[in-house]
Amino acid sequence: MSRRQTALTYLVVGPFAVFLAFPFYFALVTMFKTNLDLSVPTHSPYVYNDAEGHFHWNFWHYATTQHVAFLFNDTNYPTWLLNTLLVGAAVVVITLLLAMPAGYALARLAGPWGQSAGVAIFLVYLIPPTLLFLPLSRIVTNLHLKDSLWSLILVYPSFTIPFATWLLMGFFKTIPQELEEAALVDGASRLKAIYRIVLPVSLPGILTVVIFAFSLCVNEFIYAFTFISTSSQRTVSSGVPNELIRGDVFFWQSLMVATLIPSIPLALLYNAFLDRFIKGFTGGAFR
Amino acid sequence: MEAEAAPGWRPSTRRWRRALEDRRVLAPLLIAPAVIFMALVVGVPFGWAIYLSFTDAIGGSLSGHWIGLHNFTSVWQDDNFRRAIRNTLIFTFASQAIVVVGASVLSAFLVRDFRGKWFIRFLVVLPWAAPVVLSTITWLWILDSLYSVANWTLTKLHLEHALIWLLGVTHVETQAQAPLQWLGRPNLALVAITLVQAWRILPFAVVIFIAGRASIPNEVEDAATIDGATGLKKLWYIDVPLQLPIALVAVLFGIVFTAGDFAVVYILTQGGPFNSTQVLPTWAFQIGINSGSLGEGAAISLYLFPFLILVTIGMLFFARPVQVT
Repeated sequence: MSRRQTALTYLVVGPFAVFLAFPFYFALVTMFKTNLDLSVPTHSPYVYNDAEGHFHWNFWHYATTQHVAFLFNDTNYPTWLLNTLLVGAAVVVITLLLAMPAGYALARLAGPWGQSAGVAIFLVYLIPPTLLFLPLSRIVTNLHLKDSLWSLILVYPSFTIPFATWLLMGFFKTIPQELEEAALVDGASRLKAIYRIVLPVSLPGILTVVIFAFSLCVNEFIYAFTFISTSSQRTVSSGVPNELIRGDVFFWQSLMVATLIPSIPLALLYNAFLDRFIKGFTGGAFR
Repeated sequence: MEAEAAPGWRPSTRRWRRALEDRRVLAPLLIAPAVIFMALVVGVPFGWAIYLSFTDAIGGSLSGHWIGLHNFTSVWQDDNFRRAIRNTLIFTFASQAIVVVGASVLSAFLVRDFRGKWFIRFLVVLPWAAPVVLSTITWLWILDSLYSVANWTLTKLHLEHALIWLLGVTHVETQAQAPLQWLGRPNLALVAITLVQAWRILPFAVVIFIAGRASIPNEVEDAATIDGATGLKKLWYIDVPLQLPIALVAVLFGIVFTAGDFAVVYILTQGGPFNSTQVLPTWAFQIGINSGSLGEGAAISLYLFPFLILVTIGMLFFARPVQVT
């Protein structure tokens, strides 16, 4: 690329990156602000200021970690993180157990109607939870699962399974068929060929499904919000807005910490697995 | 690999093993668990939602008296409901229009090679990876009524008055002290939730658009260059038609997820001020959960369904060329 082209690239990509990442940068600044610095509208919100609103180069003297400590010592945030991990892990296991066989069968065994059936299953993913949460909230209550993490573990696979089945179908299609056929010719049973040959080869794809299915669980809001109202049973998505915002009182600095902690690792994972995700998501239809 | 069936096994076991080698048996067997599970956790509640929408079910019950289409007509009588429909359409189409324009431009440049690309990609993907509720809370802070960094910056850059003029909200925000109340004024709040939704969906669209660009075979690119197609001509005759199916799928996807979205609107405005930013999902929540009218709430959320069906049909229609190539 010529120098002019390079300059143009930065000129376009730069502002977009700033717009998209700004909330996270701003969260990073806000989380160490003192209450005084935060509550004077004339103080610059971008930096840490002294009591008069002046910036100094030893700015860390005017910042504080007390709100990080508050989040971990005086709220249930650690419990919510743990609950989120538990729900996510359980849902991922259920999802893999059901979606891997289905994805494989659709890609390899079902023949011509496999693609159509795959699309049909994927369409289930497009049914928004907003259509289902009212009856589900009653069903969950009648099953005595209200206020229990089990309600989420039961319901979340409703969107992770169609999503994962579609991705896995895409991945399995990209694996050369000769690999299993060689095993079959050698006298292995179909299931053994899947277990011994196909699964090890598709491990990167399966890992991609694990990450994106897990992040769907972390993202989910309306079920977590309606099914659970006990603080100790909440996940991050429902705990943070419910308990770090109390009426008119916003614990801004702690809210920002609560946002960044799950976001940054997820973003790193997304980046690492993005290319594989695209491959599976587009059904291996184009590379 | 060991041999298939060991000798001496009972015939029934052997028949069972042989059946497992038959695609016509094995395929349904492997697909069935997933399908049965989805029928239970999606099919049953969906059917139930339809049933509830025809009853007068309230609060803590799962059934009620059959009242036909009464819920569908009675929710329509409410101004808030009709506004929720209007808002859902604006929220959905305006945010996705921004997404299409943004993603087209950004993806065109992100496919190039440049230094720091990895870091830029990390920044671009952030809004998609971050849990939506939490990142929306950050926007709540950015658009705060008193300490909004957006307003602080606009004021420092002397752009606030230009923006106030542009948005046509001059008649109220004229006092020197009053900042733009992003979430406190009806029209402005609708602008705000639309922008935040566009911000959130943009990275996904960019990623899919990039995949679409990458799908154009190099030979086509080369042939076009040899034939002298450059710049706008190449964009119009080569890039756009070839990417259109994939781009459309990404857009329709964005439409479905925006129309059904609850989190962004609920966190930012809870449908306020004065129910001016209610969308169908938040209004269904308001009526179905907060007011306890389960039947009416179900009817409200079901109004989304025909819309989603239309979009889905569109998606299937446009996705087909992608499958063929």
